[in-house]
Amino acid sequence: MEPIAKKSLIGQRVPKPDAPDKATGRTTYINDMVLPKMLYGKILHAGRPHALIKNIDVSAAKALPGVYAVLTAADVPEMFFGVGRDNRPLKGGKVRCVRDEVAAVAAESEELCDEALRLIKVDYEDLPAVFDPAEGAKEGAPLIHDNKPGNRSLAYQFKHGDVAAAEASSDVVIDSVFNVHYVTHCCMGTSCVIADFDCDGKLTIYSQTQYPYNFKMDLAPALGIHPGDIRVIQPPVGGAFGSKLDVYPFEPVCALLAQAARRPVKLTFSREEEFINAPTRQPVRIHMRTGAKKDGTLTFRKVDCLLNNGAYTSWGPTVPFVMMRTFSSHFRVPNVDIDCRAIYTNNPYAGSFRGYGNVQATYATSIHADMMAEKLGMELLTFSLKNAQKSGEVTPQGARLNECVFAECLQKAADVTDFTAKHARYAAERNKPGRIKRGIGMASSIHNAGGAKIHKSDGCGTMIKLDDYARATVITGASEIGQGIDAVICQVVAEELGIPMSDITIVNNDSAIAPWDVGVHASRTTFIAGNAAQRAARKAREQMLNAASKRANMPADALDLREGWVVHDSDGTPVLKIDKLLREMHFSREPELVMVSEYYEPPSEPENKEHVGDMSAAYSHAVHVAEVEVDTETGEIRIVKFTSVQDVGRVINEMGLEAQLEGGIVMGIGYALSEELKIVNGQVRNPSFRDYKVLTAPEVPPMELHFIESHSSTGPMGAKGIAELPTIVPAPAIANAVYNAIGIRFFDPPMTPEKVARAIWERDSKLAAAE
Amino acid sequence: MTAKVDISFTLNGHLKKVSVPADMSALTMLRDMLGMTGTKLACGEGECGACTIMVDGVSLNSCLMYAAECDGRTVLTIEGLRTAAGLDPMQKAFVEKGAIQCGYCMPGMIMQAKYLADTKGKMTHEELQRGLEGNVCRCTGYKKVFDAVAAVVGVTE
Repeated sequence: MEPIAKKSLIGQRVPKPDAPDKATGRTTYINDMVLPKMLYGKILHAGRPHALIKNIDVSAAKALPGVYAVLTAADVPEMFFGVGRDNRPLKGGKVRCVRDEVAAVAAESEELCDEALRLIKVDYEDLPAVFDPAEGAKEGAPLIHDNKPGNRSLAYQFKHGDVAAAEASSDVVIDSVFNVHYVTHCCMGTSCVIADFDCDGKLTIYSQTQYPYNFKMDLAPALGIHPGDIRVIQPPVGGAFGSKLDVYPFEPVCALLAQAARRPVKLTFSREEEFINAPTRQPVRIHMRTGAKKDGTLTFRKVDCLLNNGAYTSWGPTVPFVMMRTFSSHFRVPNVDIDCRAIYTNNPYAGSFRGYGNVQATYATSIHADMMAEKLGMELLTFSLKNAQKSGEVTPQGARLNECVFAECLQKAADVTDFTAKHARYAAERNKPGRIKRGIGMASSIHNAGGAKIHKSDGCGTMIKLDDYARATVITGASEIGQGIDAVICQVVAEELGIPMSDITIVNNDSAIAPWDVGVHASRTTFIAGNAAQRAARKAREQMLNAASKRANMPADALDLREGWVVHDSDGTPVLKIDKLLREMHFSREPELVMVSEYYEPPSEPENKEHVGDMSAAYSHAVHVAEVEVDTETGEIRIVKFTSVQDVGRVINEMGLEAQLEGGIVMGIGYALSEELKIVNGQVRNPSFRDYKVLTAPEVPPMELHFIESHSSTGPMGAKGIAELPTIVPAPAIANAVYNAIGIRFFDPPMTPEKVARAIWERDSKLAAAE
Repeated sequence: MTAKVDISFTLNGHLKKVSVPADMSALTMLRDMLGMTGTKLACGEGECGACTIMVDGVSLNSCLMYAAECDGRTVLTIEGLRTAAGLDPMQKAFVEKGAIQCGYCMPGMIMQAKYLADTKGKMTHEELQRGLEGNVCRCTGYKKVFDAVAAVVGVTE
């Protein structure tokens, strides 16, 4: 046998293990599933924003052959659920937004369900409604929930230092109001759930959830059953992006139908239902005041945020948790005063969405950085570098920035794009004649990259077993929703155990099997589940090397596991095949099986009541540069080139990393340029892909990605979480580029051709009038 | 009860004889009657391309086609691309270039890419982008899809 050299899988380009089945149509997504005896469910939504339910007549629907259950609020216990415990599966008494679920049916087909829904007669008495949070907060505004005076929902404050004194000592102060809009996830697989009760009243729920263990906890109160009596199965899903981080009414409604019909029930949204009833990103009015000294040193930020809560409280109105982090830590800000309030309205409501509040907050902080630099007469790069934190700094909210490479990211982004020279040139050319104007813009942000301790634990459990053929099974709490944790875990485990990735099976789709994890969110999974997998694999490795040591008569630390062999660590000489070792261990006089477990809890702490705490085990930065062309006649913005520089800690799967960044960036560009869920008087006006414009292939610009490896001391192999920053930073980079091109600021994305053309026309009309 | 139509057509090389409701879409027939769930329903109104199949060598949205219109024709779905020899080169390229994340849009995307490759062969990057504009993907940003098609047929700037 030839010696086996040490090779590393880390940093390689690894296809997702589930990709072949997905590419061939073999994968059975939840939307494709059919269970024996399964019925279909449908919901009757209110379709009106605020009304009393005077009467519901379901008799004709119940009489329809093939209908097995018809439910209204009168048929089910009055159970409350949701982040704000203000939502019910079926609404009785009154409806508070168009989504409200007033009745549901289970029948033999979706067509029969539709027919049954048409037979349900509901008499409403419309109530005065309120759609604007500022109006909703006024005295005398229509009250949405009787127990929520002033329509007040969640509120957050954070203060640090002395903002008044800082403002008095500032040389320059800028003040702007940003209105960031409604967008929605547009998962390609629409919302879908299958519920099935056994004879003991235990529920098996096939769910798209991206947080299976909290899902049990959060679903239970909606049904009045014990969380322990819920088993969550996670079939493959068609996207999530944060939309599956809460329980939404269709899920308990489906379970209630299954309970009533004593049959499995599947409930799937149509695309139109999806646009109207699935969560949105949280819209926010951000009033921000920023100060600086003449030399460019930031002095303070004062921020007032008003959030349209909508009718119920899902994760949307909790985005200030993340927004405040950005306001207080995107650049070194010595004094901050942040006040955020969510006000109930009769609008649909928001959930969590990739980037959480940071998409909203960074739009403000990065545009203010550009405005401040201009006002100070400084280059944006110089201004940014002046205020960029360095490793070891602690932010006002207690985030300890270890392995911080913000300055390197800024410098690299400027260097590779020739930013400073181009920025000056395009600004100089702005007022020269010509229909097409070019601009370049830079934006940056910070995000948690080592989980986020918003629950009591931010951990992940992992178990690994090896069989007699050296095949490993990794049972992990981490969910796979398309993001690619499957490939990362295979790499990490294969690296430790010296077996091929193709010999690893991941089991992570059943809450009765896999150990606890807090879900796919907060850019946490590679970091947390990667650490858990690595630690578990190291336990298995140690057990195997100890056994090999006895057989080879060599110290364990002189041995290594490579390509299916136990080898001499020094020169790679093969000693024993790993599968043979495992069989010898198993069938010896002192038999042992390799089956190990690990619960990894990151070294982070929850925020205290004052919102201070080092809540992530790592933080990272991204800097984006957009180069654009603006057609000053049509208002169209074309992105000529998009460059991203991001601190990724360490590259694990280079291809998966690129894929996350490219997808995130394109989602961020859509947020900036074309996507907007138009909600007028509480009604969704564009519930189709025809009218809600996500980016398609022709609009995708050339993208250049640069990874900075800061080697996190706490991350798996040094990696940091990466998947939200790509969606967070594009919009302000593009807005700053548009300003560089035409000299107009857009505080209210998206920058659609209509909006841009109108702004140019208004500006030119004013200039003409002045002349 | 909707009137039914008896049809016969070739599905992925096999002759099928079925009786379909006159108002049923080809997509519903494929998924619900024939168990071919590889073809996806994502919008049902011809806006997203997830249900793309090939009929007589031409790609189309199966959600907008009546099942009855399949009569006498040759239908190819994502399941028909894989042969005894393994994955189609286009499927293989999508896997190897990392074009698949959640993968829900990918059967349609791959069928459209296959159609472009079959009919156009080598193409410019702009032609490729235009050729895929009817297929919405929310995960990938399309970049790795471009890489995959380029690996199969070659794409020029």
